[in-house]
Amino acid sequence: MYRYDEFDQQLVNERVEQFRGQVARRLSGELEEDEFKPLRLMNGLYLQLHAYMLRVAIPYGTLSSKQMRMLAHIARKYDRDYGHFTTRQNIQYNWPKLGDVPDILKDLATVEMHAIQTSGNCIRNVTSDQYAGVAADEIEDPRIASEIIRQWSTLHPEFSFLPRKFKIAVTGSPHDRAAIKVHDIGLIIVRNDKGEVGFEVYVGGGQGRTPMVGPRIREFLPKNELLAYLEAILRVYNELGRRDNLYKARIKILVHQTGAEKFAQMVEDEFAKIDKTGELNLPNDEIERITAYFADPAYKELPTISADFQAKKSEDPAFAAWVANNVAEHKVPGYAIVNISLKPIGGIPGDASADQMDAIADLMQKYSMDEIRVTHEQNLTLPYVEQGDLYDLWQSLKAHDLATANISQITDIIACPGLDYCNLANARSIPLAQEISERFGTGERADAIGELKIKISGCINACGHHHVGHIGILGVDKKGVEFYQITLGGSADENASLGDIVGPAFTEDKVIDAIETIVDTYLDKKQDGEKFLETYRRVGLAPFKETLYAAG
Amino acid sequence: MPLVKDGRVTDDSWTAVGDDDQRPDGCSIIVSLERWQKDREDLRKCNQPLGIRLKSDQPPSLIEEDLGHFGLIALEFPVYKDGRAYSYARRLRDEMGYKGEIRAVGNVLRDQFLFMLRCGFDSFEVQKEKDVAAWKDALAEMSVFYQPGADTRTPVLSLRQRKIAAKKST
Repeated sequence: MYRYDEFDQQLVNERVEQFRGQVARRLSGELEEDEFKPLRLMNGLYLQLHAYMLRVAIPYGTLSSKQMRMLAHIARKYDRDYGHFTTRQNIQYNWPKLGDVPDILKDLATVEMHAIQTSGNCIRNVTSDQYAGVAADEIEDPRIASEIIRQWSTLHPEFSFLPRKFKIAVTGSPHDRAAIKVHDIGLIIVRNDKGEVGFEVYVGGGQGRTPMVGPRIREFLPKNELLAYLEAILRVYNELGRRDNLYKARIKILVHQTGAEKFAQMVEDEFAKIDKTGELNLPNDEIERITAYFADPAYKELPTISADFQAKKSEDPAFAAWVANNVAEHKVPGYAIVNISLKPIGGIPGDASADQMDAIADLMQKYSMDEIRVTHEQNLTLPYVEQGDLYDLWQSLKAHDLATANISQITDIIACPGLDYCNLANARSIPLAQEISERFGTGERADAIGELKIKISGCINACGHHHVGHIGILGVDKKGVEFYQITLGGSADENASLGDIVGPAFTEDKVIDAIETIVDTYLDKKQDGEKFLETYRRVGLAPFKETLYAAG
Repeated sequence: MPLVKDGRVTDDSWTAVGDDDQRPDGCSIIVSLERWQKDREDLRKCNQPLGIRLKSDQPPSLIEEDLGHFGLIALEFPVYKDGRAYSYARRLRDEMGYKGEIRAVGNVLRDQFLFMLRCGFDSFEVQKEKDVAAWKDALAEMSVFYQPGADTRTPVLSLRQRKIAAKKST
């Protein structure tokens, strides 16, 4: 993984002290809250319903065990012994004290971490594929481009006061696990017909109150020109993005209102003006320097199938179920990708206790070459596990309540913090996720239902990605009562689509039954081997509508 | 409002002239875009330094043909959160080759000084006295920059390239 050089480290150290000064000026009253707000937001500090919330950046979701231990330490020392992994591959602490935040940041800086631009109207932490470097279909590790973008976007002098927040995601595989088409900029690493590696560029995707799948504006962008091209997009947006209406300020609105083709031309015109002989033209030296950090680790030569592993699978059905759901194929023979579910049945999606984080850090060292990834689905991924270690690893995970065998199942729910924490929310999300989780659990029925992604947002801002859930649930407030609107057929992968609203919203006591009705309808309609989304795309909304509202 | 230029508080040698005011003789004047568009012929003929003040929805492309007339362009930040003028300044410096003074006016605050400097602003109408006193501290807070800017600060990439070159030569 990437390691800071002296420049990276110095910048982060200086940013800590700069923020310490800003906090001191706020505490002394020199800064008004209104002036402090964007400063703290640019450093990931929100004011929530009950307390401050600090969002720490985990660039493209990659962590070392040392960093994971620091996250545990911070949870213990400054917070309430837990942290919350988010859909943007970050971690949030819900109860820090303002005066402690500079010290938290100082601790983070000692392990090459920070909270820079995890919120605010600036370029946010760049996200990527949790299987980066280990997926068999990958063209190039997307973390190389992600790290280049991380550095370029950090404290960018021109783009720190954009009309609205700006999110960039990168995937290196044709199978998109990073939901790049619902980002302000989505990059897919591709190879052109000359065999050169570059980027396909999508712009203006997004969720929130006006969900959109981003159109493609560039078929092939050479690697060296990445930053100049991004700068062109951002300059056009910074000048022309709407600033009169918060809800129309994202780039998707500009792209939509301008028209994708015309917008692409404006970007090309700007791109033509940018000096590409200068610093923005990435030298090969620098690309190689960063690439070297993401080189393959020293893999052992292992048999393609471990006999011991196979034996354990047939002996222990619970282990076999976990393998079937949580373990993915690795590009190197004899290795496996292990997903750790942070969705225990009845638990809070994405939460991990300080003790769990420490335990995970031990397991990273012991079984996964010291590395882990945070996924946008709020789980964790160990990228380098030997098949022969899987059984021992599973047992250790079980001991820490981290072995729920439900990846991509109906209980692997994305949920925003909702009304339990957030001052924007209309409704609670977490209790709903917990109830659904308890209703369906794991085992035979959940296995029969198969891949089904439920995503819950407590308000229209869509932090819980409900638009792209196979089943999406949106909390709405009707005269002080919490209602839930259901959408079907959303997807965030390479065939991205937005869900269709099924009909009138459900009250809290009816919504879990409604989910059950949807599931039963699917099981009734499904043909051999069909997944929920496939059935939905074949049969459409009508049969679900019918069963859901038949009684009414 | 104190004016900071080249890191020092400076007397303002420019006079802002309202759209309906009589043009004073002899001194350097700053007019609005509207006044420039209305009195262009008169202003071009007058033999005194001319500056123009652009609001945040008035991009410099509107005066691109006329840049040679202006010794100063003031770009307005109606609120510090409105970041359009950062791009306007970059455009003026990098794309239009403007060499005159670019002045930050409006809601100009300490925590944005460095960003403004890096985008090509070189004079600042600072809103709060206290921020003027903190000018040096504000600029000293950061010494590492990832991006090329319109100023002379050396970005990290060049520093890394120099390191690589130095290594190769030894």
